[in-house]
Amino acid sequence: MLGEGIVRGLAETARNFLGSFVSKERLTTVQFPEERLPQAEAARDFPFLVYDGEDWQAGMRCVACQICEKECPPKCIFIEKSKDKKPDALGRAQFYPARFDIDVSVCMSCQICVEVCPFEAIKMDTAFELSTDDRFGGLLWDRQKLALSDAHYHAIHPTDAAHTDELLAAEKAKAEARTKAAVAKASPAPMPQPPAPAAANEP
Amino acid sequence: MTETIDQIFVILKHWLVGHVPTAVEPIVSELLSVVPIILLFPLLFALITVMERKGLGRIQNRYGPNRVGPCGILQPIADGIKTLTKENIVPHSADKVVHLLAPLLLVMATFLGYAVLPVGRNMVAANMDAGVLFFFAVGSMTELSVFMAGWSSRNKYSLLGAMRAIAQMISYEVPLILSSVTVIMAAGTLSTVSIVEQQSGYTGIFPHWFVFTPWGFAGFVLFMIAATAESNRSPFDLPEGESELIAGYYTEYSGFKFALFFLAEYLGMMSISGMAITLFLGGWAAPLSFLTWIPSYLWFFGKLFFFIAGFIWIRGTLPRLRMDQLMNFAWKFMLPMALINLVTAGVWRFMPTGILRWLVCSAMVVAPYVLLGRGFMLGKRLEKRTYRFAD
Repeated sequence: MLGEGIVRGLAETARNFLGSFVSKERLTTVQFPEERLPQAEAARDFPFLVYDGEDWQAGMRCVACQICEKECPPKCIFIEKSKDKKPDALGRAQFYPARFDIDVSVCMSCQICVEVCPFEAIKMDTAFELSTDDRFGGLLWDRQKLALSDAHYHAIHPTDAAHTDELLAAEKAKAEARTKAAVAKASPAPMPQPPAPAAANEP
Repeated sequence: MTETIDQIFVILKHWLVGHVPTAVEPIVSELLSVVPIILLFPLLFALITVMERKGLGRIQNRYGPNRVGPCGILQPIADGIKTLTKENIVPHSADKVVHLLAPLLLVMATFLGYAVLPVGRNMVAANMDAGVLFFFAVGSMTELSVFMAGWSSRNKYSLLGAMRAIAQMISYEVPLILSSVTVIMAAGTLSTVSIVEQQSGYTGIFPHWFVFTPWGFAGFVLFMIAATAESNRSPFDLPEGESELIAGYYTEYSGFKFALFFLAEYLGMMSISGMAITLFLGGWAAPLSFLTWIPSYLWFFGKLFFFIAGFIWIRGTLPRLRMDQLMNFAWKFMLPMALINLVTAGVWRFMPTGILRWLVCSAMVVAPYVLLGRGFMLGKRLEKRTYRFAD
């Protein structure tokens, strides 16, 4: 009969209306600021600079090689290389970024800077509540704001961080082996391979 | 005591009017009737918007607005501030005067309808002899303002929306008025106050409301369907069907003018609900004889909230109709039913009181409903729709 479907529909909506007061399972909305869903481990939004140890300036892995600046598709990274050198994590004298700015209003979170970085110095953060009342200055992050500890990296991306640690350890072992070889080279024995390609391989 | 509480606003008004010079007494008296209407119903509108959003949310298993104030009750204030501070954009080639006048006229026309609504015993702004006629006459003014809005915007979507709105409102005005004519026939008067008074008696504990007669019930249902269409509410909200017309006739309105359209829609919904209450549900009369100690205005507003809740429930349930379905429904179902109902009311009036009258009149309402319904569904296959690519 005409109107049967309407009555059935009204019954359905009434059931939903009353049910939402009775059972909490019906209400699937997460009340965001108070309740939060856990983020996926692969979540990412903007890059940060990893530093080892306690002091962000001393432990910064970045050597201001400027590869990320050149690769960045929207050109949101601005790096100024230092004039002097300071020892990096492996104890070698390296340049460091005198200035490292990322304009997060331009950044498109593509992660290409992370992919190209040979020093595992830049990684993606997961912080997303970044609104600011300063449209230009507030979204131009300098190196101090970008510097976050390795412990933070381990906390947000444990799997990736473990992999990064492996790579760095391998790198360190290789460097140590090379130092030994260099020491050995000081003795008259002939070198097995020329140092130049090795240097090219080495980031 | 009950009598005093029931008449408190009337007494208050008389007391206030008694303090002014005789020369300005009529004006003050009118103002004291008009100002509460203009204050109260927009406040109700604010309350209803938040009620509606929360109700629709619950129907869809959501919370609805719950951030502004306790349980989101202050949401309309936030919305009001937002619309007031928004930029008022008028299209470059719009007819600026008409564009401005359209929402004002619409709000004015809907407010005029409240003049004849008795919201309580002795509580009516203007006790007109032709109250019902006046109500429908000013109700038709909304069509003019809708077309003014659509035409002056110089936008094809506005114009299409306005044309749809006009077609819909004119089509549904016919069954709306025809279904209320039954009440006028039975009551023998056009005055809203006497219509309510005629329904205020009781048999045992049950009231003499017109909705409790076969023709009254059918008329009430027809009236409410037509009222939904008149106030452009879902499922008859084609004029503002955003999927095809953006926002219909108020596409080009922003800021406070948009808010005025919104206000007018809800005011129209409330006024036509008030008219349905007056015509079919005994106005301010209590539903059971032992409940008459509750003040009459509380009964009126209680019934009004009941109607609003119904509108929200319907909106949360039914999808929007198609234009041809809308027109078919108006002219092939609503109009014949309204005409048959008119005859039923006449038969009811001239048959002797008794069970036979009930049987005959019920048959006169139910049989056409079933038959028309059958005819309406004829050749329509109602089945689960399958989509070629979705399966």
